[in-house]
Amino acid sequence: MAVQSSFKNMVLCLLVICFVSSALLAVVYAVTKAPIEAAAAAKTNNAIAQVVPEFDGTPELSQINVAGTDYTYYKVSKDGAVAGYAIMAAATGFSGPVSLMVGVTADGIIYNTSVLSQSETPGLGAKCTEPAFADQFRNFNPAEKVLKVKKDGGDVDAITASTITSRAYTNAVQIAIDVYKAITTGAQPDAASGASVSANGSSEPENNGGQDNE
Amino acid sequence: MEDRTMSKLQLITKGLIKENPTFVLILGMCPTLATTTSAMNGMGMGFATLFVLVLSNMAISAAAPYIPDKVRIPSYIVIIAAFVTILQFIMQAYTPAMYETLGLFIPLIVVNCIVLGRAEAFANKNSVIDSACDGLGIGLGFTLALTVLGLIREIIGSGSAFGFKFISGDGILVFVLAPGAFLALGYLIVLFRKLTAKK
Repeated sequence: MAVQSSFKNMVLCLLVICFVSSALLAVVYAVTKAPIEAAAAAKTNNAIAQVVPEFDGTPELSQINVAGTDYTYYKVSKDGAVAGYAIMAAATGFSGPVSLMVGVTADGIIYNTSVLSQSETPGLGAKCTEPAFADQFRNFNPAEKVLKVKKDGGDVDAITASTITSRAYTNAVQIAIDVYKAITTGAQPDAASGASVSANGSSEPENNGGQDNE
Repeated sequence: MEDRTMSKLQLITKGLIKENPTFVLILGMCPTLATTTSAMNGMGMGFATLFVLVLSNMAISAAAPYIPDKVRIPSYIVIIAAFVTILQFIMQAYTPAMYETLGLFIPLIVVNCIVLGRAEAFANKNSVIDSACDGLGIGLGFTLALTVLGLIREIIGSGSAFGFKFISGDGILVFVLAPGAFLALGYLIVLFRKLTAKK
């Protein structure tokens, strides 16, 4: 089988193999391009539809800069009036960012939240996707309740043994509220809440009991 | 090295038991340990590897007589990488949820030693059909091993099988985490060796 190696046939061989491989890839890319885009769009639309009240038309994509960071959000309308905003926000959890899609209605109440991606520990922090925790944010009115975990003096029940994840989730929702305020009134978050957004997550010392490790 | 008179069926079954890549050859440990948090994930990873293994084995077997010896490894890697990328496009398009779960481990099939190992040890000196059977056998063996490992970890760790929950509450969490993968795999290898040991 072995072909004698010479400079000429080695170059030629690699050239041919690379050329054929890339030609094959180009064909598959062209064929799968549309379905890949459709799948990505379906995923986003699904996440939006989960967190905002009923709407018509297509969600309107925009970006806004709040406190130095760009946030992506989608505006949805029903019968010409703004029905709500789906805001993408993330905060640092125990083992990486927890990204959420947070739906805020036109009157400033959180309609629902959904997790876009998280890499928390299975069985502990990963429970933040379960209704037992996530449903606390359904119809949450930030004007009446405090958006912090109970340990920090707020109204959110943390997941057992997963305080850091619960805080990250709560912070991400708080970021979304700040973004919502910036969208509707143009106001940047005040110093206190802006600081809490950046200081929480990884830098805060964690001195809870042995079980409370996430 | 390989028995030239082996039938096609023997080529396939050999990968399942006698040369099972996970339990006997102990190859491809990285995806084995990392992706088997549930039976479905293990099976997904197994079939993804099977797909690449069969196609790359066939392509390499067909191309081997024309590839100069000194550049055969880079050539094989390019061929394998092409099939992995094709698989990535297909999974992204038609099974986006599975693609997201397996994530990084799909592109890593390129450097999976099972795939390159079969190319070097079998495909480049056997016919296209035999190579396809070999790829199929080894791929099925890998899929079987990953599914069983995933199933055991899922049953003990989360009290469910293939996503169907039959024990409420949590299981023994460590089995879903990395250390549990080592424990479960270790005991499975012992069991497999015990069962297949020559009397």
